[in-house]
Amino acid sequence: MLTNQEVAQDLIRQFGSAVSEFDDPFDLLTLTTTREQILPVLRYLRDHATYRISFLTDITGVHFPDELGREFCVVYHVHSLTQNFRIRLKVFLSADDLHVPSAFPLYASANWMERETYDFFGILFDGHPDLRRILNMDEMDYFPMRKQYALEDDTRKDKIDELFGR
Amino acid sequence: MTTEEIELSNVNVPVVPESEKVQYVNELTTLNLGPTHPATHGIFQNILQMDGEIIVSGEQTIGYIHRAFEKIAERRPFYQITTLTDRMNYCSSPINNIGWHITVEKLLGVTVPKRAQYIRVIMMELARISDHLICNGILGVDTGAFTGFLYLFEQREAIYEIYEEVCGARLTTNMGRIGGMERDLSPTAIRKIRKFLKEFPPVMKEFEALFNRNRIFMDRIVDVGSITAERALSYGFTGPNLRAAGVDYDVRVMNPYSSYEDFEFDIPVGENGDTYDRFMVRNEEIWQSLRIIQQAMDKLPDGPYYADAPEYYLPPKQEVYKNMEALIYHFKIVMGEIDAPAGEIYQAVEGGNGELGFYLISDGGRAPYRLHFRRPCFIYYQAFPEMSKGTTISDAIVIMSSLNVIAGELDA
Repeated sequence: MLTNQEVAQDLIRQFGSAVSEFDDPFDLLTLTTTREQILPVLRYLRDHATYRISFLTDITGVHFPDELGREFCVVYHVHSLTQNFRIRLKVFLSADDLHVPSAFPLYASANWMERETYDFFGILFDGHPDLRRILNMDEMDYFPMRKQYALEDDTRKDKIDELFGR
Repeated sequence: MTTEEIELSNVNVPVVPESEKVQYVNELTTLNLGPTHPATHGIFQNILQMDGEIIVSGEQTIGYIHRAFEKIAERRPFYQITTLTDRMNYCSSPINNIGWHITVEKLLGVTVPKRAQYIRVIMMELARISDHLICNGILGVDTGAFTGFLYLFEQREAIYEIYEEVCGARLTTNMGRIGGMERDLSPTAIRKIRKFLKEFPPVMKEFEALFNRNRIFMDRIVDVGSITAERALSYGFTGPNLRAAGVDYDVRVMNPYSSYEDFEFDIPVGENGDTYDRFMVRNEEIWQSLRIIQQAMDKLPDGPYYADAPEYYLPPKQEVYKNMEALIYHFKIVMGEIDAPAGEIYQAVEGGNGELGFYLISDGGRAPYRLHFRRPCFIYYQAFPEMSKGTTISDAIVIMSSLNVIAGELDA
């Protein structure tokens, strides 16, 4: 049975300062890496003889507009089906440079996950075979999951939070 | 004979020398399968390049019923998100609802009593049965056999009546609450579940007798749409479709939730990952689900059916009229005034189609900061062009049907 400690130490040995911010919320090993190192880390975990963390569960994005210089985050969940070990990898990107390498060469399933992330956050996956919108229409000229797009019309007077003491 | 026809018949066809004959080149036809095609069981489009009847390549267009659930969720208090989840895989909504509740309970640190967990297991397994019944019934319809579908739908109706008894709704169930179930199993519900456990197996046996070794049916689906275990894993397959390819990954066993570790059941796996294996795996899972329901009904513990979490679970109505605290909690819960603790969580449950994941980031507010649904359909449906390449259009329909792509889950 793999422990978070063990994998984290091994990753530090392998990648040094490229992996950081280790945490384990709800026992799920979480770490941050750089966009240069994300593919090597994913490949290392996938091809490791004992870890075999070779199932890509999910790729998604998060927008933190207040964290200057690292406004966007790409989150990878990978899973080892043999060891039953999950790990969460994050890559933070600056809003003016949203490029990250595509994981498609490693996992076929990354194709649509990355298209979805591009569609909603505008994160550009370099080397993706077909980076187009997937759920929204092609003509759309903004990325709707970014926080600056309020869900509801700002002009509505009946939904002002202060009126409800929030 | 009209004069025109007589004239035509008198025309001598000139003999064209071989060198001047028209050269027929192999031209591809573009065929639009969908968006509203009855055989796609949902609104999504496949633009297929056909060489005669053989599919050369396909391109998928999805998103026709995208409803921006992830965006809507960022504005809603946690208990209001349940109604979004049951519109994803609407063939097995209780699994979606309860999966979401389990995610929130884990974030809040609420422990749900055993009785509520067992009731949840019963409802989730009923949902799995109804999901698989639809998939396998429709697979029969797509190959030209309507009878099995009709028989199974009568049983699905019985399941929906149980839903109705437990939560009041049939399709979009909104079942359970954060912290437990909204009400205990009523005597009628227990009677209906027991009746289902007695009356369903003979029908299922009949269905299997009609299909499993049926010559025509097997000719249509054996070795159609095969996928190897390696490709299936690379494409992110989960659930019955992955197990049909021979990988015994089941979230219920690997990361048990809601007391699944208390029950004894088997994980059926296939060998070839073809349509027949997917069909058989689903059939066997129905039997295993029945086993789980039977065990849960027999061992159903006594005790409360909701957790002691007054900040999240609505107080009994009579308390609200008499008791000040209950009234305050009632108001705060209904108005969505309760702040959730900050945290980051990924929780997976075994949905009807595979690993249904909820990735939730809470910043300590009343609504999620970010909520992402890992929808199994969305991830494995991208394998469809590869699986249908080189097959005929009728096979492609069968492959799509056996993958059980649910448009609501595909588009979220």
